[in-house]
Amino acid sequence: MSGGLYSMERNDFDQTLDLTKIKPYGDTMNDGKAQISFTLPVPCNDEAIEAAKLLMKKMGFDNPQVVFYKELTPGFTFFNCYGSTVHSVDYTSIHVPKVDSTIWDMEETDRFIRENIGRKIVVVGASTGTDAHTVGIDAIMNMKGYAGHYGLERYDMFEAYNMGSQVPNEEFIAKAIELGADTLLVSQTVTQKDVHIQNLTELVEMLEAENLRSKVILICGGPRISHELAKELGYDAGFSMNSYANHVASYIAQELDRRTNGKN
Amino acid sequence: MIQESKLGLDFNKVARARQSAGSIAGEVQNFVATYTTVAVERTLCRLLGIDGVDSNDVPLPNVVVDHLRSKGLLGEGAMFYTGNAMVETGLTPQQIAEEIAHERLDLTRLPVHPAERIQQALQPFIDDSLARIRGNRQRREDYIKTLGEGAKPYIYVIVATGNIYEDVVQAQAAARQGADIIAVIRTTGQSLLDYVPYGATTEGFGGTYATQENFRIMRKALDDVSVEVGRYIRLCNYCSGLCMPEIAVMGALEGLDVMLNDALYGILFRDINMQRTMIDQYFSRVINGFAGVIINTGEDNYLTTADAYEEARTVLASDLINEQLALLAGIPEEQMGLGHAFEMNPEMENGFLYELAQAQMTREIFPNAPLKYMPPTKFMTGNIFRGQIQDALFNQISIWTGQGIQLLGMITEAVHTPFMSDRYLAIENARYIFSNMKDIGNEMEFKQDGIVRNRARQVLDEALEILGRINGEGLFSALEKGMFGDVKRSRKGGKGLDGVVEKGSNYLNPFIDLMKGGTR
Repeated sequence: MSGGLYSMERNDFDQTLDLTKIKPYGDTMNDGKAQISFTLPVPCNDEAIEAAKLLMKKMGFDNPQVVFYKELTPGFTFFNCYGSTVHSVDYTSIHVPKVDSTIWDMEETDRFIRENIGRKIVVVGASTGTDAHTVGIDAIMNMKGYAGHYGLERYDMFEAYNMGSQVPNEEFIAKAIELGADTLLVSQTVTQKDVHIQNLTELVEMLEAENLRSKVILICGGPRISHELAKELGYDAGFSMNSYANHVASYIAQELDRRTNGKN
Repeated sequence: MIQESKLGLDFNKVARARQSAGSIAGEVQNFVATYTTVAVERTLCRLLGIDGVDSNDVPLPNVVVDHLRSKGLLGEGAMFYTGNAMVETGLTPQQIAEEIAHERLDLTRLPVHPAERIQQALQPFIDDSLARIRGNRQRREDYIKTLGEGAKPYIYVIVATGNIYEDVVQAQAAARQGADIIAVIRTTGQSLLDYVPYGATTEGFGGTYATQENFRIMRKALDDVSVEVGRYIRLCNYCSGLCMPEIAVMGALEGLDVMLNDALYGILFRDINMQRTMIDQYFSRVINGFAGVIINTGEDNYLTTADAYEEARTVLASDLINEQLALLAGIPEEQMGLGHAFEMNPEMENGFLYELAQAQMTREIFPNAPLKYMPPTKFMTGNIFRGQIQDALFNQISIWTGQGIQLLGMITEAVHTPFMSDRYLAIENARYIFSNMKDIGNEMEFKQDGIVRNRARQVLDEALEILGRINGEGLFSALEKGMFGDVKRSRKGGKGLDGVVEKGSNYLNPFIDLMKGGTR
């Protein structure tokens, strides 16, 4: 084999998996190995490499190794590094709030709505505030959908209205009233300076002022949105990356059924 | 057969090159036929069922062979003396080895029995081994028939944790991610051990000991995951170094599928004596051929010590010699994973086209061989992001030119033995390219008198010239002059020459004829 350098370190640490103290896995349980890349604002020299290693140690990495460096422009040096973290986390004590519903495909969801709600569910969606990105709301609502998951417009049992991007909260609410929406979908892609938090909070406050908040299922989504954050801001559910229309649709169907048919 | 060449190759030249290579290989074979080695004799002990270790952890095949060697009688061979002792004592080969280990038996002081009786005593043990190896071959073929296998190029990745049980975790993960061949890289320095360690091991450095038990553990794990993923996953190990035929037989007994198997690699890069390892190689290839194992040759390594653009000709010349040596050992073309590599300097203008020419030329010259294509290693820098692109270009050439076995490049080449995540990224890279560019080779033609055609013609001409020279002076002498990989080795230098002896008048090795014969 012409294979590069070998890892010659002795593995003298405990190699039993302990879920109360989990660490990264390189090729051996509990080796703690991680790969990190960053740029330091200094010229490329021995001191820069030492600085990268010291920083790695401060980040909690034992045996920091700088495997590649390159001065990107005078005074800025890029590093690829490896190290073994000393830190661990207790996996057993973690509780992540999740949207509590069964995930169905389009046919199952339509059938459920037909049988349990007996009418089409009205959904109004928009990318609200100053956010000009439609990729998120389109992925959930458009006929074509995303990555093989058809959007709500294709569902027989959803009446879906996609208002597009940069929709002010006032207009969004006006449309919801006009259409008698069961569900509001808010997409937020831009999260710079927490603009999404302000905007999402404003919507909740306005809905409460109109006495509408409890009458709709209020959902937000976006790459930096978690269900936990959504609940904190007063939403019923939040959907993050790797969520598709069928996740949202099956949640809406089940939540509306709980509310209208008094199931819990 | 009239072969279509996309490169406009002159197949008359190819035929002449092959003829030279055949004559070079024939001369090596004339030498090999009259000698045996300690490794060959230990292999015969294993084929008679001798296994296990003595109280000092010395493997019993070594005990038997060292016993004969210390009396200066190794040239008569382990089979003759063991068979003779079986007739005399009525013991099995294993029991005889144990008696020797306890110093209760001296094989060389027993009366000599007639050859037919010795043959008779050995026969059931010979039949058992052949049946077991044949059974493993059948097992593989059955799996492939029922489960199927991955499309070529087979995706080949290595595991190298040092601990066979951790290797199992990595290997099964790789199979689930899309790997077709798992190679368990050996621990540093194993190729220089003149014995094979025994039992399951957890303490290797930069790799895991090749032992028969480790082979068994990994083959079982891969059988399980093959069923799970619905695709037969092949297992590869390293049949090189001082124990070539022994590793071959252990692999054959445990159902391994692929073996690195190249004497030239050992000579040049491990400084193993050329006479010793050529003799060892022959028997190891006979075994691999019989066991249905795909061999891999190590031409890629020349390019790590010498310039890949300059030495492309040596790679082709060596592939042709290796092909002829393999044919002499009874290996069919379909089991010849002849090696070459993507190792040109990435800074070279049009380097991709030269690599493409080499890969396409190798494909056309060896149309039936599952060519083993090796990834960039020499110019991998630790810049993992550029490394991923180098590996992508390598994958593109492979799918374009229809390579057989793709040893995936790892972004962390030159950094560490692969993490589970490194392997995942490599497999994802290959699968993306293999699917996205699947039929590009059928769609593209190479321009008349263009860079690619001219380069292929040049490399073939140069290889033809080199083979002519080697044919004039013999392979051993060419190796002494540093014609491969710029490395010079002396005929009497290197490790292991003291384990070579001339065959005596009683010498027996019926396996060569039985394994090369028609009844597979």
